Amino acid sequence: MLLRYIRDLLLGLWIVFKRTFTKPVTVQYPEERPYLPPRWRGRIVLTRDPDGEERCVACYLCAVACPVDCIALQATEDPTSHDRRYPDFFRINFSRCIYCGYCEEACPTYAIQLVPDFEQSEYARRNMVYEKEDLLISGTGKYPHYNFYRVAGVKIRDKDKGEGEHESPPVDVKSLMP
Amino acid sequence: MIDWGRTAYITVTMLGGLLTLAALLIWVERRLLGIWQERYGPNRVGPGGILQSLADMIKIFTKEDWIPPFADKVVFVLTPAIVVVTTLMSFAVIPIVPGFVVADLNIGILFFLAMSSLAAYSVIIGGWASNSKFAFLGSLRATAQLLSYEVFMGLSLMGTVLLAGSFNLSDIVDAQRHLWFIVPQFLGFAGFFIAGLAEAHRTPFDVPEAETELVAGYHAEYSGMKFGMFFVGEYLSVTLLSAMIVILFFGGWHGPLLPPVLWFLLKTSVFIGLIILVRATLPRLRSDQFLSFGWKVVMPLALVNLLVTGGIVLWRDT
Repeated sequence: MLLRYIRDLLLGLWIVFKRTFTKPVTVQYPEERPYLPPRWRGRIVLTRDPDGEERCVACYLCAVACPVDCIALQATEDPTSHDRRYPDFFRINFSRCIYCGYCEEACPTYAIQLVPDFEQSEYARRNMVYEKEDLLISGTGKYPHYNFYRVAGVKIRDKDKGEGEHESPPVDVKSLMP
Repeated sequence: MIDWGRTAYITVTMLGGLLTLAALLIWVERRLLGIWQERYGPNRVGPGGILQSLADMIKIFTKEDWIPPFADKVVFVLTPAIVVVTTLMSFAVIPIVPGFVVADLNIGILFFLAMSSLAAYSVIIGGWASNSKFAFLGSLRATAQLLSYEVFMGLSLMGTVLLAGSFNLSDIVDAQRHLWFIVPQFLGFAGFFIAGLAEAHRTPFDVPEAETELVAGYHAEYSGMKFGMFFVGEYLSVTLLSAMIVILFFGGWHGPLLPPVLWFLLKTSVFIGLIILVRATLPRLRSDQFLSFGWKVVMPLALVNLLVTGGIVLWRDT
């Protein structure tokens, strides 16, 4: 009985001692960075379509989907400069964001996207509030060829209704002709 | 006739060495625990993190030196000093190499036992002076534990004393020139090791300071450098325990090829490593488990060991 206890005791010591020769599992962060998969949910960005225009159409779906209400935006239209609806301001409070990715799921135009970047520390809390200029990137993000207005069937500057890819000309509902 | 100059030189060397060692041990223990738990431990300050204790010390000096309003002020302040002073006093009788010892007392072991018993007072009155529930529970447990381990600590050492025929530590080491006392006194070694772990409040016998149950036990109310003293005291007593084991059971400075001082340091560091390994491996015993283990298992074994050793020594001498 006592001998079994002593054997177990020494066995335990030996098992722990063997760990001397295994490599630590720690990732030494600032020098050594972990691999983050492309779909990792980190900082939120607003992307542009392949033509370089803002993808966001200010539909408010992201703001509605957000469980912590960290997204604030306001839609506006300005026909002289823009031929489409766009957010007047777009503000994400990252001190509240929980990086759940619901906004990205809700977005009908792939405008809002989460990217693998988590290094968002700030000394002042107000610096955690990102405005549209901070959020907007110059590229297309995860969906490089998707261009919402080319397939959406609405009129924009250089394309009328029915002229886009996979679009048929609009039906004249007042005509009796088939 | 005492050579005061030499004594002063040895004292200063020992003090400087021990305090540096205690600071280093804090780092060593954290690194070793890290390695045995498959992580790194502190490796940022200085090469391999060796200056971590220095950084901690600077931090701990800038902390508020707070005394709780409900504490017994004088005793509360005095207690941390007792730990360090009594442990350092014990080192006075420890011979590193032949002749290199602060006080070559002919009752070295008794002095060591007396000092380790005094160190226990710091735990008891520290917890009492803190005047809070956790600290009080911690010192209650320390008292109960103390009563059980002090008995077999002394008893398990008496075997070596009988074999060497002297209380003087240098004589005990010299008596092991041909055979280390670990062989004839294995039970004594086991008993002393267990008692020493309890004395230094190390896992698996750190019942008085059990973090998971009592926050920090008897030093729960201490902060700043006063806590630091308890911490340094713990590492000093780990060093003391290792040095005593080496002297009493593993032949002190005796060993082939290498110079005596290296042998002593090498053996001591092996035991420090073993104590840290024990901490990395074994979970804490319950308070009552340790008490019944102490009284019902270790103490009878120590008594039997003493009886048999005494019989053999008598038979050999007649």
